[in-house]
Amino acid sequence: MDLVIVDYKAGNVQSVMFALERLGINATLSCDFETIKSADKVIFPGVGEASSAMAQLKARNLDKLLPTLEQPFFGVCLGMQLLCQHSEEGDTELLGIIPLPVKRFETELKVPHMGWNQLEKLQSPLFAGINEGDYAYYVHSYYVPLSEYTIAQTSYPEPFSAALHYKNFYAAQFHPEKSGPAGSQILKNFLAL
Amino acid sequence: MLTKRIIPCLDIKDGRTVKGIRFENIRDAGDPVELAKWYAEQGADELVFLDITATNEERKTFAELVRDIARHIDIPFTVGGGISAVADVELLLQAGADKVSINSAAIKNPQLVKDLASRFGSQCVTVAIDTKYTEATGWKVYTRAGTVETEWATVDWAKKVVELGAGEILLTSMNNDGTKAGFALDITKAISEAVSVPVIASGGAGNMQHFADAFNKAHADAALAASLFHFRELEIPDLKRFLKEQGVEVRI
Repeated sequence: MDLVIVDYKAGNVQSVMFALERLGINATLSCDFETIKSADKVIFPGVGEASSAMAQLKARNLDKLLPTLEQPFFGVCLGMQLLCQHSEEGDTELLGIIPLPVKRFETELKVPHMGWNQLEKLQSPLFAGINEGDYAYYVHSYYVPLSEYTIAQTSYPEPFSAALHYKNFYAAQFHPEKSGPAGSQILKNFLAL
Repeated sequence: MLTKRIIPCLDIKDGRTVKGIRFENIRDAGDPVELAKWYAEQGADELVFLDITATNEERKTFAELVRDIARHIDIPFTVGGGISAVADVELLLQAGADKVSINSAAIKNPQLVKDLASRFGSQCVTVAIDTKYTEATGWKVYTRAGTVETEWATVDWAKKVVELGAGEILLTSMNNDGTKAGFALDITKAISEAVSVPVIASGGAGNMQHFADAFNKAHADAALAASLFHFRELEIPDLKRFLKEQGVEVRI
């Protein structure tokens, strides 16, 4: 299988590459249009701040390319948020693929939401073999509210979108590459879609 | 529910773990990668690797080790020791570290915290604070491996680094470190209440009740220990079962 990871200098690229390597998959890291377009599947990682990430995407014209992709696509963490419409982080216009907002946690609890939290209301082949209440690793200060595209949720303290599915675009707010065996299973499930 | 994190800390010298003893199930307990994998299997929620001989020459070796760790373990980890510039952090994050911990450099140059947060995001910036209490001074921040007293009252410094963009605080009480008499609950609670970001309690863990107290009484978000785990005086699965019985949310 031809798996491409979108290269726009996102912080967790190496971790995602290593997680795939542990599954025996050698992914190609690329920002080249033809390479990305012809891939069987695309993974879109991301950590950091929304407006700088958007600037990095624009510098490579990836903001034009990514919305046109038709193969199974998987956005991770900030990579999920960037697929949405608008983020309160830096008042940033995002890629606009999934018509959802990204909001900042307004809670008495600690922000960032950092650590292991439970996946609930799983409703996608992405979660095959994952049990309700299994743990995933999170670190984020902004979130996507629940919506018709939510395929899993987590509570902090209110429920938010742990994962999304819209057309060929799948996305996870948690870090499958850092979520132990459950995370590996989710990556495997994406590869099997 | 978000769970409380249990974090073993591994000191690294010349690419090897120090303080470790022989583990039956591990071929080489001095090998940070072997030890890290074992902790991940035991249910550690995160790991911290501190490079305790960080000179310029050795930092390069450390980055290679970080890469090796990232290749083999599937839980998050923080690296620290001798980080003083944005370039140091870039090297370690690119190698696969999830977070970096900075200590003395933040005191010397608080702007570094801000630079790191804006460049890489607050989520990967942990500020380590070494603190010591004396009756004359109250809780003060110490720097340079705890040898130099600073002007900063600990609560003020914690608030300051969070304002600058720190995403987490690793608080070590020098009064408690190595005593096995328990974490410094008062200052941990004070910091946890003063800032909006997660706080890791460190220094003094000697038994399971100490961890329960750090979470239930001092409201820490995570608790760190080194030799207690390395010498297998406490096993993480036992600790987590105990904490659950005490009403602490943990990942089992």
